[in-house]
Amino acid sequence: MLTSIKTRFVAVGLATVLGAASAQAADITGAGATFIYPILSKWSDSYNNATGNKINYQSIGSGGGITQIKAGTVSFGSSDKPLTPQELDEAGLAQFPSVIGGVVPVVNVEGVEAGKLKFTGPLLADIYQGKIKKWNDPAIAQVNPGVTLADANITVVHRSDGSGTTFNFTNYLSKVSPEWKSKAGEGTTVSWPVGVGGKGNEGVAAYVKQIKGSIGYVELAYALQNKMTYTALQNSAGQFVLPSLASFQAAAASADWKNAKDFHLVITNAPGENSWPITATNFILVYKQPKDSAAAKSVLDFFKWAYENGAKQAEELDYVPLPKSLVEQIEAYWQAEVKL
Amino acid sequence: MAASSPAAALPAAVIDASRRAERDARADKLFRGLLAAAGIFVLVTLIGIALSMLWGGREALAQFGIGFFFSAEWDPVNQKFGALIPIYGTLVSALIAMLIAVPVSFGIALFLTEIAPNWLRGPVASAIELLAGIPSIIYGMWGLFVFVPLVGEHVAPWLNDHLGSWPLIGPLFTGPPLGIGMLTAGFVLAIMVIPFISSVMREVFLTVPTRLKESAYALGSTKWEVVWDIVLPYTRTAVVGGVFLGFGRALGETMAVAYLVGNSVKFTPSLLEPSTTIAALIANDFNESTGLHRSSLLLLGFVLFVVTFIVLAAARLMLLRLSRKEGNA
Repeated sequence: MLTSIKTRFVAVGLATVLGAASAQAADITGAGATFIYPILSKWSDSYNNATGNKINYQSIGSGGGITQIKAGTVSFGSSDKPLTPQELDEAGLAQFPSVIGGVVPVVNVEGVEAGKLKFTGPLLADIYQGKIKKWNDPAIAQVNPGVTLADANITVVHRSDGSGTTFNFTNYLSKVSPEWKSKAGEGTTVSWPVGVGGKGNEGVAAYVKQIKGSIGYVELAYALQNKMTYTALQNSAGQFVLPSLASFQAAAASADWKNAKDFHLVITNAPGENSWPITATNFILVYKQPKDSAAAKSVLDFFKWAYENGAKQAEELDYVPLPKSLVEQIEAYWQAEVKL
Repeated sequence: MAASSPAAALPAAVIDASRRAERDARADKLFRGLLAAAGIFVLVTLIGIALSMLWGGREALAQFGIGFFFSAEWDPVNQKFGALIPIYGTLVSALIAMLIAVPVSFGIALFLTEIAPNWLRGPVASAIELLAGIPSIIYGMWGLFVFVPLVGEHVAPWLNDHLGSWPLIGPLFTGPPLGIGMLTAGFVLAIMVIPFISSVMREVFLTVPTRLKESAYALGSTKWEVVWDIVLPYTRTAVVGGVFLGFGRALGETMAVAYLVGNSVKFTPSLLEPSTTIAALIANDFNESTGLHRSSLLLLGFVLFVVTFIVLAAARLMLLRLSRKEGNA
């Protein structure tokens, strides 16, 4: 709070002194998921240059973001896990997607290059349950004809800290494996049947790189930027797809947003021939009847600007911008739900 | 006349002195008050922290009752929490750290006070104290990127091959050579607490009167005999205090352990397999926790508090017994 007041003073002071920004130059405060922090800082920098408005975003985690917006200490919250329409109603909140990313399995198997190994959803669930223990298991060989794997142990690596990445990954496993759903379930952290926990994307990446025969999961951007050995996955249409901006975008476009009340939709296991199965959305939370309607308006203005002008920057950071149809739906939702 | 106004009869210098004494007494009182406040401040903070953690954990305590401390389950999805595994992990990793750190610290302190040439003592002592200033995240990162591969490739397989089949202690050393787990965490914890223990030991070894040592040497004692029979008994209380200071630190260390222990809330007898500690579990789960989950984490914090308290109290009791025995002898 204190810093936000301070930055507001600074922002107003600068605006007055330089006379560069419009008279309404204001500070937008938000808090929540760490997942969107890189793109949000990039956007807010450009937005500041374009309009003089500043975004002050605290990446304290989705849980914290939800708590903060419910307490009314920030103008918007952000979560990797959508709230249910009922939960939103109780708190008087509106919810809409901001940007799309995804989760990618990564492996450390001798002689296997990026994209060469294939998994199906149930196979991945069996590995993460400890039911498949060896890389030369017939179930793995069956979907990977032509690839010979050694008789080596599989070490499962998962996130040890609570995270939206884990939420989307376990949500996907729950959708494709009833056994996973009943045994471990979905959440930002779950009770893992087997494996070791690395702290953060960097912890998982370090474990996977160091432990021979390991498998883990990280955000797409992390896998690409660190040149990790990602794998192909079978999607709900039965096709094996590689993780890429295109396959993420396909999943975002084919997801059934039209029938999702308050955008309550986790787009893992999305339909479509080219869809990457573990695609994830980040959500923004604002009040439907904000006390400070000027602040609420500046939040929506910012995201409107970001949808229109931020796509290129998002792609540079390996995020997937929202498809046009979805943006139109969001703007209609604002008109209908948020009273400014 | 003189009795009714003694002040008037006294010379000015005496009045001045008595005023000053009065002022000094006031200042003394104020000083005493300030010191007491400083002392009480620590106590109040301590009790305040303990109670607020217990208060934060009341929801978990109401839900699970005393079973919280004996349940091995930690399932955020089904909202079932128990403290047994993190308590076990905390104690075991700290014990491993002490098994390594105490003899090494003892050696360092003896080397620096008894054996090292004078010109070497200063630099080595400062180097060891520098270790204490390194942030724990650096130990975590160093452990993760440098030490873990070393353990995974060389130490763990060796232990597995050579000790894994022994009776009793065998199960402690069997498991996949991941390089992460309780043993690695214990190793790095040991490096982290060595500066604390060794500098306490060094300081107290220096207090041993030279004439005692020289008398022993004059009687024909070897270096080892002087150390074991003169230096150590003379400084026993402080040495035990230093050891438990290190133990307390090892129990509560968070970041380095979170990177190295493997963070798996599953029971395993093997020191080579991933486990977790109270502090690491709190650091991992706290950000995204809500409701009962958060309450359980706060209660876990209280448990760590109690565990540390018990350890320190046990140390005190041990010292008390020792000194009583000496008194009787």
